Amino acid sequence: MKKQITISGFGGQGVMSIGKSLVEAAVAEGLHATWVPSYGPEMRGGTANCEVVLSDAPVGSPVFTYPTELIAMNLPSLHKFEDKVQSGGIIFVNSSIIEQKVTRTDVKAVYVPCDTIADELGNKKVSNMVMLGAYIAATGALQQQTIQQMLVHMFTGPKAKLVDLNMQALERGAQCLKG
Amino acid sequence: MKKEMITVAKELWKGNEAIAEAAVRAGCKCFFGYPITPQNEIPEYMSMRLPQAGGVFVQSESELAAINMVYGAAASGVRAMTSSSSPGVSLKQEGISAMCSGELPGVIVNMMRGGPGLGTIQPSQCDYFQATRGGGNGDYRTIVLAPCDIQEAVDMTQEAFDLADLYRTPVVILGDGMIGQMMEPIEWHDIPKRELPPKDWAASGRKGRDHSNFVTSLRIDAADCEQFNRSLEQKYKTIAEKETRWAEKDAEGCQILVVAYGTPSRIALSAVEELEQKGIKAGLFRPQTVWPFPSARLAELAAQDSLKAILVVEMSLGQMLEDVQLAVKGVKPVRFHGRVGGMVPSVEDIAAEAEKILQEVQ
Repeated sequence: MKKQITISGFGGQGVMSIGKSLVEAAVAEGLHATWVPSYGPEMRGGTANCEVVLSDAPVGSPVFTYPTELIAMNLPSLHKFEDKVQSGGIIFVNSSIIEQKVTRTDVKAVYVPCDTIADELGNKKVSNMVMLGAYIAATGALQQQTIQQMLVHMFTGPKAKLVDLNMQALERGAQCLKG
Repeated sequence: MKKEMITVAKELWKGNEAIAEAAVRAGCKCFFGYPITPQNEIPEYMSMRLPQAGGVFVQSESELAAINMVYGAAASGVRAMTSSSSPGVSLKQEGISAMCSGELPGVIVNMMRGGPGLGTIQPSQCDYFQATRGGGNGDYRTIVLAPCDIQEAVDMTQEAFDLADLYRTPVVILGDGMIGQMMEPIEWHDIPKRELPPKDWAASGRKGRDHSNFVTSLRIDAADCEQFNRSLEQKYKTIAEKETRWAEKDAEGCQILVVAYGTPSRIALSAVEELEQKGIKAGLFRPQTVWPFPSARLAELAAQDSLKAILVVEMSLGQMLEDVQLAVKGVKPVRFHGRVGGMVPSVEDIAAEAEKILQEVQ
């Protein structure tokens, strides 16, 4: 099995960190994974994106033309990558700020109001974790438990209180698939 | 996908940082550099890590200063390194030439970006000629290691210091922006240590000797200078005999052989797998040292009856292409696919090109 994921949004929305979390969790689960950031001049104030490959076999090309899944955190990202997603793939839409619907009918669309949920949880910064929760629930590519273990390792000492917030964000994202 | 939790000793590292850590673990004690994208994480990491490891980090006033600081540190017998990207590496060429003449070990990382001139900050392989032909003045070569992923970049960095010390020569690690910027899980394992000669030539204090050690790149007497060039020639022959490296996948018995190094070789690997799934006998030949170039093995593969054509893929207008042509000597058609200026070839384009070539030559 192989996932080719394009994650895209404004700088500051945590798109790079969604990708890093996926790769870290994949490594913890013994999978092969790569993370390639866009590091061009467009990163300042514009759209940032990263390409992630998760695979049970060693990864050849870390870059790809056609993602199996697209995570679009803002509208320019949806416009830029919607046509590239493989038929039968999934497009995740941050529906808090993207009002448009996915126009293609050969892919699955998952609408996640990331910013709205993050606001409800009291911290705008966990918007990306909401999306990560939705991604994991929709694809089953990784175990939510692995991400939770990572959070425990990541937030220690005075930051330990953030573990719970992030876990709630993951869970709320996952719930979007059930609705 | 595997669902069970597996305990593995793999760690997630960014390419640039992994190379810097590998250098520290290899005993690098001095780093000198000047910032440039896409390799900035190397000096950034070194500025934090080297002092912890009892080393010295200096952000120099220019690339020229940095390489000459490497010259000085190497002359005193310690392991020293610099890193930069294309335009910055151009500035270092004078110092690299001087290091070859002074027979000084040192490691130079080039995370290539699109050129010419200041070009772009995106990945490229446009400095192949500069790296493999000796980019400065004089009849010299440097060992050029070309990692294709982060694990290999780590392993090669650790070995680069040994090679440099063993042959008393600068070693270039030729990466591209993507290897520097991407993240990938790696394992830290012990690289087999080579038996290295003592640095009894180093200008590190007289230590009771009857003479002072003197490191220079000036040999004003022509006869002396010729003799020195002959000794370099012999050294380069030895390196070519002993240190040429490459990797292959299904290269024996294939109909089309893709030749690529660095990031494009990973992309080409996926293209080869795609072709094989279609029933096309495709293979990959990946030089791990681009100087010395694995010409003899490539010539062997080119001579196979099964082989119809060779496709060279690079992020340049065709530089390694010339080494492939020299090795293949016209016994089989050699074609080329390249992207330049920071653009990266795609799996689909490489596979399509290979299929097209096969149709044309059959």
